[in-house]
Amino acid sequence: MYTTELDDNKKKPATVPSAPEDPVRLAAFEARVAADDFIEPKDWMPEAYRKTLIRQISQHAHSEIVGMLPEGNWITRAPSLRRKAVLLAKVQDEGGHGLYLYAAAETLGTSRDEMIEALHSGRAKYSTIFNYPTLTWADIGAIGWLVDGAAIMNQVPLQRTSYGPYARAMVRICKEESFHQRQGYEIMMTLAAGTAEQKRMAQSALDRWWWPSLMMFGPPDDNSPNSAQSMRWRIKRETNDQIRQKFIDVTVPQAEAIDLQVPDPALKWNETRGSYDFGEIDWEEFYAVVRGEGPLAKERMNARVKAWEEGAWVREAAMAHADKRRVRAAAE
Amino acid sequence: MSKEWPLWEVFVRAKNGLAHKHVGSVHAADGRMAIEAARDTYTRRMEGISLWVVPSASIVASDPNDAGELFEPAADKVYRHPTFYSIPDHIKNI
Repeated sequence: MYTTELDDNKKKPATVPSAPEDPVRLAAFEARVAADDFIEPKDWMPEAYRKTLIRQISQHAHSEIVGMLPEGNWITRAPSLRRKAVLLAKVQDEGGHGLYLYAAAETLGTSRDEMIEALHSGRAKYSTIFNYPTLTWADIGAIGWLVDGAAIMNQVPLQRTSYGPYARAMVRICKEESFHQRQGYEIMMTLAAGTAEQKRMAQSALDRWWWPSLMMFGPPDDNSPNSAQSMRWRIKRETNDQIRQKFIDVTVPQAEAIDLQVPDPALKWNETRGSYDFGEIDWEEFYAVVRGEGPLAKERMNARVKAWEEGAWVREAAMAHADKRRVRAAAE
Repeated sequence: MSKEWPLWEVFVRAKNGLAHKHVGSVHAADGRMAIEAARDTYTRRMEGISLWVVPSASIVASDPNDAGELFEPAADKVYRHPTFYSIPDHIKNI
């Protein structure tokens, strides 16, 4: 699915390298990145670049993995066999996306166990969107349409991000993500054309997911301390506000097409800008959710930790079995 | 804490006639599990018909810092390229 760079402390300055970097190497690196060259795992890179990437890619991976939880809840309750098969495939994709990204982060010198420990201990963040509840089946439609739609907006420019393994993971993810958005919109379309009650469900899901989806693009540009550095290093390719605007501009007509109301009284087409003007986003809510005060933050982490701990014996047994077979094969 | 499953690099052959191409990596206890994990992770949409998995620790890679010396000898041997030779236009089929 998606993440943007999340920081619970918005005042914190961009990552500062622990030791001053060799200016010659740094200049050569900056020149390569500025020329849109890709940086590969064994290339020299500034420590701050490495750290920013590890944080961003692992947060992104965690978001994919945690994102399986709200949707996984609905697999057994999907309204038809077709919807069930589709949702299973989507949740499996999210797991796959998490794995591509963990693998990309590992090329920077962190380990899978370190990243998982950081998530479970609460040091690492994941996208705030997954701390909202999925109350009805329509929420699964809204998530696919809006949350995955926002993810696509954010991820398309990341296919050209400067770190090769991250860019390649994003290419795979973008290819797969488009089905997620379309299946979600199809659910909304079906509900919106259904009974009055079904239409109310769709509208209520849009009401609840619209603003959290807009927050997925991260804080506004003038309050996003890491953005400038990340843009210069081509880790990010477009600013939070630019992508948010793009998302609003393509999504509003999609809501209108199925006769659903976007819950923003200030929303208005601006002829001069060729874009929609929109209302104030409640950033206090955003930071509260980043700090772990989202409605379901605890439940999500408990589910993750439980799965990890209860699966420990399987991981250990598989390793012991593989070791035993290796020893036996060597003795023969 | 148990030790982490080793890392394997995954290569997929999209169809016969093409070479296996690196697509990413997976963690697995052994080769068979690595193949199964690679199948689930990298070929959910008919991306391939054959998989290779190689323990990441077994890969020996050249050092990008040595790329200059390592690949430089190729740069000054332009006579290895057909365009190095000028042949008059009226000579055909060459």
